[in-house]
Amino acid sequence: MDISTTVNGEQVSGEVEPRQLLVHFIRETLGLKGTHWGCDTSNCGACVVLMDGRPVKSCTVLTAMCEGHEIRTVESLEVDGELDPLQQGFHERHALQCGFCTPGMLMTARALLDENPDPTDQEIRTAISGAICRCTGYQNIVSAVRWAAEHESATKQEI
Amino acid sequence: MAVVENLPSPSTERPIGFGRLKRKEDARFIRGKGTYLDDIELPGMVHGAVLRSPYAHARIVSIDTSAALAHPNVAAVVTAKDLETLGLAWMPTISYDTQAVLAGDKVRFQGQEVAFVIATDEYSANDALALIDVEYDPLPAVVNARKALDADAPLIRDDKSGQADNLASPTWEAGDERATERAFAEADHVVSRDMIYPRCHPAPLETCGIIADFNPETGQLDIYNGNQAPHAHRTVYAHVAGLAEHMIRIRCQDIGGGFGNKVPVYPGYVCAIAGSIVAGVPVKWVENRSENLMSTGFARDYIMRGEMCSKDGKITGLRVDAIADHGAFDSTAQPTKFPAGFFHIVCGSYDLQASHVKVKAVYSNKAPGGVAYRCSFRVTEAVYLVERMVDALALEMKADPIDLRMRSFIAAEQFPYETTTGWTYDSGEYAKTMDVAKKIAGYDDLRREQAEKRARGELMGIGVSFFTEGVGAGPRKHMDILGLAMNDGADLRVHPSGKAVVSISAQTQGQGHETTFAQIVAEELGIPPEDVEVRHGDTDKSPYGLGTYGSRSTPVSGGAVAVVSRKVRDKARMIAATMLETRPEDLAWEKGRWYVKGDPEKGAMIEDIAARAYSGEPMPADFEGGLDAQVIYDPPNLTYPYGAYIAVVDIDPDTGHVKVRRFIAVDDCGVRINPMVVDGQIHGGLAEGVGIALMELISFDEEGNCLNSSFMDYLIPTALECPDFELGETVTPCPHHPLGAKGVGESPTVGSPPAIVNAVIDALYEPHGVEHIDMPCTPARVWAAMQGRPEPPQ
Amino acid sequence: MQTPAPFEYERATSVEGAIAALERLGSDARIIAGGHSLLPMMKLRLASPEYLIDINDLAELAYIREQDGEIRIGAMTRHVDLLKSELLARRFPLFRDAETVIADPVVRNRGTIGGSLCQADAAEDLSAVCSAAKAQVVIRGAEGERVVGMEDFHVGPFMTAVGAGEILTEVRLRMRRGAGSGHEKVERRAGDWAIAAASAALWVDGGTIDDVGIALSAVGVTTIHLTRAEELLRGKPPSDELFAQAGVIASEDCSPSADGRGPIDYKRHLAGVLTQRALRRSAARALSEEA
Repeated sequence: MDISTTVNGEQVSGEVEPRQLLVHFIRETLGLKGTHWGCDTSNCGACVVLMDGRPVKSCTVLTAMCEGHEIRTVESLEVDGELDPLQQGFHERHALQCGFCTPGMLMTARALLDENPDPTDQEIRTAISGAICRCTGYQNIVSAVRWAAEHESATKQEI
Repeated sequence: MAVVENLPSPSTERPIGFGRLKRKEDARFIRGKGTYLDDIELPGMVHGAVLRSPYAHARIVSIDTSAALAHPNVAAVVTAKDLETLGLAWMPTISYDTQAVLAGDKVRFQGQEVAFVIATDEYSANDALALIDVEYDPLPAVVNARKALDADAPLIRDDKSGQADNLASPTWEAGDERATERAFAEADHVVSRDMIYPRCHPAPLETCGIIADFNPETGQLDIYNGNQAPHAHRTVYAHVAGLAEHMIRIRCQDIGGGFGNKVPVYPGYVCAIAGSIVAGVPVKWVENRSENLMSTGFARDYIMRGEMCSKDGKITGLRVDAIADHGAFDSTAQPTKFPAGFFHIVCGSYDLQASHVKVKAVYSNKAPGGVAYRCSFRVTEAVYLVERMVDALALEMKADPIDLRMRSFIAAEQFPYETTTGWTYDSGEYAKTMDVAKKIAGYDDLRREQAEKRARGELMGIGVSFFTEGVGAGPRKHMDILGLAMNDGADLRVHPSGKAVVSISAQTQGQGHETTFAQIVAEELGIPPEDVEVRHGDTDKSPYGLGTYGSRSTPVSGGAVAVVSRKVRDKARMIAATMLETRPEDLAWEKGRWYVKGDPEKGAMIEDIAARAYSGEPMPADFEGGLDAQVIYDPPNLTYPYGAYIAVVDIDPDTGHVKVRRFIAVDDCGVRINPMVVDGQIHGGLAEGVGIALMELISFDEEGNCLNSSFMDYLIPTALECPDFELGETVTPCPHHPLGAKGVGESPTVGSPPAIVNAVIDALYEPHGVEHIDMPCTPARVWAAMQGRPEPPQ
Repeated sequence: MQTPAPFEYERATSVEGAIAALERLGSDARIIAGGHSLLPMMKLRLASPEYLIDINDLAELAYIREQDGEIRIGAMTRHVDLLKSELLARRFPLFRDAETVIADPVVRNRGTIGGSLCQADAAEDLSAVCSAAKAQVVIRGAEGERVVGMEDFHVGPFMTAVGAGEILTEVRLRMRRGAGSGHEKVERRAGDWAIAAASAALWVDGGTIDDVGIALSAVGVTTIHLTRAEELLRGKPPSDELFAQAGVIASEDCSPSADGRGPIDYKRHLAGVLTQRALRRSAARALSEEA
């Protein structure tokens, strides 16, 4: 079937199988490998992208459902060489180790800060509770999201 | 030790050497630009999928692949029969057992590999699995290790000639049985406990996978695979597939977590290689989550009975009888001479009079593995047992669990300390570390709070554990895997501009090697860490070594990098002497520079020496030029990190729900190269410990069906179950490691489960008389224990 | 990763269109809403519909509004919007109680109230919530609409009153004075399905319980409506003793089975504990509302 959607601000269209999962459209069809997958039951959050600004698990959304909707992936966070404060915060606060959960965490946290620019630690923990990190024990992720919240308006810098 | 004095302050933002340096590897990961296995696409690549057994134990009557082969997108379907013709039907495990690549005679666990489909795409490969018709003749299954030893238990390994029972290896012993009997005979107090360290799973967020790309024209086999030991894998593939080792190249790019799960060679890998050899195109195979949980390396599954005794208020003796459940094939990861791994480190941190340990190993109709999960070869089971036993003994003696530990510790002046089971602990100041933890926790206040809450009917528990681990395998004279010495190589080249590349055999899965190892070179050569590039994960471009697991990166590869840096430094000294027209012995070293003793103004920086090394200027006599070196590092001993952990839990008296409110972890891992990375490792390991203690479990029903085959039922803690961890540290350098460092990655996972279970028992013993509860401490299991009927996990 | 078997896909642009598609395609067609129950089952090949009718774009079914003394919730209203609704939090706070513990925040961005009710998994929270709140649901077919009370909605395990060719379009909650409600759940871990959960709603008038709804999740093959306990409570002043008796009935009247979440006796025990807690919370809210 034909599909036309917006990914990272660009209109994309093409022919896909109705059963194609959004995560595969992003990774295979568009070649955006920053979105990962880690399970088959929508429990791990590695595949989180934004759909109309809300984080969704792209392993449990059909590409076909995205017709006319806007998708944002981790690749959209850095703009013209400027990192998103969350990206910077994850680096500053050692909020990643193997890096596999990082894109999903970043997108989940992006949506949180867009809605709640000054979240408490508990609000951050709740917001990321649909995403599993096996490496960090979450503490530094919470700290990184706080860092980003505090630096949202500050000058973004290249690593 | 000098190394400690040289340490920069941990708060140094951009250290030349050691310190909290932010990670180099972050730049790609925060942009989603890492390259994990499934991100790699090769031209003409096809996709594999594995058909797995629905039965735990069954004879295979027939396999009909015709319908699958008729699928328009299917290129091939491989079965055991096809592999037999290639000599690939069975493969060796890392414990000298054999494992079926694809089951031909019978299946021996649910999820075992039966057929391999190759199709143009993943969706078609999955569709074709449903088209393969396998007829099974089900057999009775055994999933309980004790029942596997019954005389009438079904024989699982009838493929092994001479195998008449389900024993996987002869009973293995350590310590002194008679001396232990004496210790118990003389004791004031004796306790015993039966406990299970249940089967759990490392479950890295990225599942296992491979791309095999065999080139029939050149005979070259290129493998892309996220594994923890690429060089060892290459050697195994050379043996298994009969290929020339130098014509195999393994590239491990970014790995989405390993935790031991990515140590073994799995049947799916061999199938993909066979598929590529047969089809002549690259074959990709990536596990789904259920395959990962049902068939790849699990952890633990130890059934243990411990007895501990004391005399004059001090722990004196320990007796342990354990059964290791290996599943259907013994693919446990351990050095050859240690069939029960390092389990006999079970005498812990205590100055015992005697101990004796016995371990039996059995086969069962469960997945093979036993590959750790952030554990140095069964150290985790050992620490859990001894730390639970100490608490049991403290209850019996009506002693405070910290006081009993303090009285029984090996004293600082006793190091190096020979344990009653034969380990030589390198260094430690246990009481000091315990004190730091006690102070951070506010232990006495916690006890007061607990007493008040108890009076109100609330359940609060404080649990302590003090662990000593042996990590960094290991000395060549004691340790090998499949005959390969557990040494690591390092190759350091300083280029004419003074920028360096260090190639290592350790294989990062998130541990930050690209940063930490650069810091070691930076520390030793006095150049900025950003001028050091760390190469790893490509067997063509890195020196031979056994990889990263068992917390061995810093102890072994870290040692290799320190030694190779010092070799380069010595070489630089020769060149500097020529440059400065003096003798090498007249030069002194300061970070980054050799200078003339007595005339510090006169010296040469490393980058000047490097330029000279490659130049046409005069060189020292017999000097080949260049500034580089290679080493193989053979560690003289394991390193023995230790730590004091305190958990505080609250339990809902009506529902049995356990909340870890606080967790204090004071680790002593010797000198910390990058304290930020060390803290990160500890955080992550503690979260995994919380998971194991409270929720992670691989269980089976009587028929051998795996009950935890997806993330809906294999529960991993989220941000809401993990407290803010409170860390502390003491630094007791390792006397035999070139940097004074010890391994640390696994310490938190080793040390935290007993602290949490001790806390649960601490909450429940007085009001409910609960003496023991097996993990995981789920609400239902805690509630059952409160009703007076604790149940072992299935 | 696991992938669904092939199917034909049709995007509905109106409720009428979706109903027409269901009629045309027959029993091989399934409606897909948020998809967080159906798609995982399709990936596991436990469900293989030949046709999926996607109603995600039916904005006309996504609303929470006050009308004719009722709160009306469109079937495509997502969990996150139920969680955030101040109207629901004020009138039926058990929705917010439940929505903070249903799956995880990301899943809540997709899952819908209609999907949850129609999936009719006995472990699912909203079926109990709607039962306790005495909700009515609107079911539309080619012949028109009918309104069904939650007491008649669950007809068997994973089976509801929604018939062939029909779609659940709306949930209606009658607003009455003196209302208080609560939802209590015990789970193995955040985001897990309930080991057991209890929903309660009370309507207090002049210090006595005028009406009450109690329902349990995950302790039977369907959502359990605790009618015997409701009868006990009706007409009496709320008290801890009374709620303890209701808890005893809850333990007796549920029919849990043993699984990885716990044995039968534990789940019966939880049913009692949680029923009491939900009632106590409901009463506290009702009395503060009445005061």
